[in-house]
Amino acid sequence: MKYPEGTLVRNTRAARVNHWITATCFVLLMVSGLSMFHPMLFWLSGLFGGGQWTRTIHPWIGIVLALSYAGLIVQFWRDNFWNRDDIRWLRSIVEVVVNDEAKVPEVGRFNAGQKFVFWTMALLVPALLATGLVIWQSYFGEATTIETQRAAELVHSWAAATAIMIWIIHVYAAIWVRGSVRAMTRGYVTPGWAWRHHRKWFRDLVTTGSTGPRPRG
Amino acid sequence: MTDLQSQDFIRISASTTTPPAARNHEVEVAKLIDVSRCIGCKACQAACMEWNNLRGDVGTFQGSYTNPADLGPHTWTLMRFTEHENATGDLEWLIRKDGCMHCADPGCLEACPAPGAIVQYANGIVDFVSQNCIGCGYCVKGCPFNIPRISAADSKSYKCTLCSDRVSVGMEPACVKACPTGAILFGSKTDMRSWAGERVEDLKGRGFEKAGLYDPPGVGGTHVMYVLPHADTPSIYAGLPGNPAISVFVDVWKGVLKPLALAGLAVTAVAGFLHWVITGTNEVEENDDRSAADFIKNHEGVAK
Repeated sequence: MKYPEGTLVRNTRAARVNHWITATCFVLLMVSGLSMFHPMLFWLSGLFGGGQWTRTIHPWIGIVLALSYAGLIVQFWRDNFWNRDDIRWLRSIVEVVVNDEAKVPEVGRFNAGQKFVFWTMALLVPALLATGLVIWQSYFGEATTIETQRAAELVHSWAAATAIMIWIIHVYAAIWVRGSVRAMTRGYVTPGWAWRHHRKWFRDLVTTGSTGPRPRG
Repeated sequence: MTDLQSQDFIRISASTTTPPAARNHEVEVAKLIDVSRCIGCKACQAACMEWNNLRGDVGTFQGSYTNPADLGPHTWTLMRFTEHENATGDLEWLIRKDGCMHCADPGCLEACPAPGAIVQYANGIVDFVSQNCIGCGYCVKGCPFNIPRISAADSKSYKCTLCSDRVSVGMEPACVKACPTGAILFGSKTDMRSWAGERVEDLKGRGFEKAGLYDPPGVGGTHVMYVLPHADTPSIYAGLPGNPAISVFVDVWKGVLKPLALAGLAVTAVAGFLHWVITGTNEVEENDDRSAADFIKNHEGVAK
């Protein structure tokens, strides 16, 4: 598949497939998990064939998500290192929020908000995996003490709720900043988009003659 | 058997609405287990298996009269034998009939995420409704007495029902009927407490100065109570907890996090929507495209 003439590759084919596997797993886990978390949402378990099926399938989807997110870490960690630009960007968070982007300092491939999503998920996903294994009744119900399982249950619920809140921010930001969704579905952005939102990344690509997602050399 | 008493639930698991409570003057029942009168014959255990049609796999000898070794999906009550050396160096053979305590504040019910999988009747009995059970094991985490057991065969949780089917039609639980020494009694909780008082007095008169009734307040009292000759140290009776209560982890999880997290998710989503309504989307403008094109033009000739 070729990208349209003159556009920049924002996410490679592998990164996009990896992202959407993770996203599908996340949504399924969120829906099944919430159905077992709050009585008002128990009806969501019907989407999975009832409570027993929801309980059965949730941990397996979790395993897939953990593996898939590991892939995202491999593909994206280099561009998510924290640097001084991020502090400057965070100081202008008000301008970011009110779409006054001309006053926001230039950033590289990812801004501080995107890095925040990446790293918090990089912490929460392993935490959810570890605590999830502890409370996986069918296979590990006898592996740890009940007191350990109680603590794991609390941490798992808290981490999941936090992850869902970050996910809402992530999804909304993609809708809010026009052109971002296409960057993850078809993989490309226009030069104008790159100039507006990730000017340092844009400069690095152009000056090294790269079409993305990473500068040459 | 819940359909027989569907109008006197006082609690239903994972329910945010008031359960049917039309029959509101049910007498609270209780089973009283007088440890001092128990001879360890296991008639109660056999009667429980017989009435409830439970036949576990035959296990192996574990060096104890406690048989099988633990409660299980097919063992809802279990005689636990402890060889205890008392302060004067004498051996005491302590025998405790273990099983669900039918707490007034049941931790299993608080933890359960499946609507109607655990119910509490107005008479105090806490019952599992297997068809609603999803097999998650949260009841195991909620229980301060380590009672529920999940079956590996059908992923349902099981425990003593206090013979809710028998009680609902005016009969006593099977274990009570089978006990040959009167060590297990069944009646209203008030009557059982007053009879226990007499038993405790009697035991004190016979040298068991620390005798007492086990009806722990940490779980709001129980509908299965023990008369213990050594009520000051319940733990010597095969680990009966001294001051049982629902774990603080379960309380925070179900009492604080459950409503707070849902509110947090709703607030985050609403905040996003309001931002969209107030500020709108962030779109690439013409001058962005122009600046980008200029920049590219100025760098033409860079190695491809």
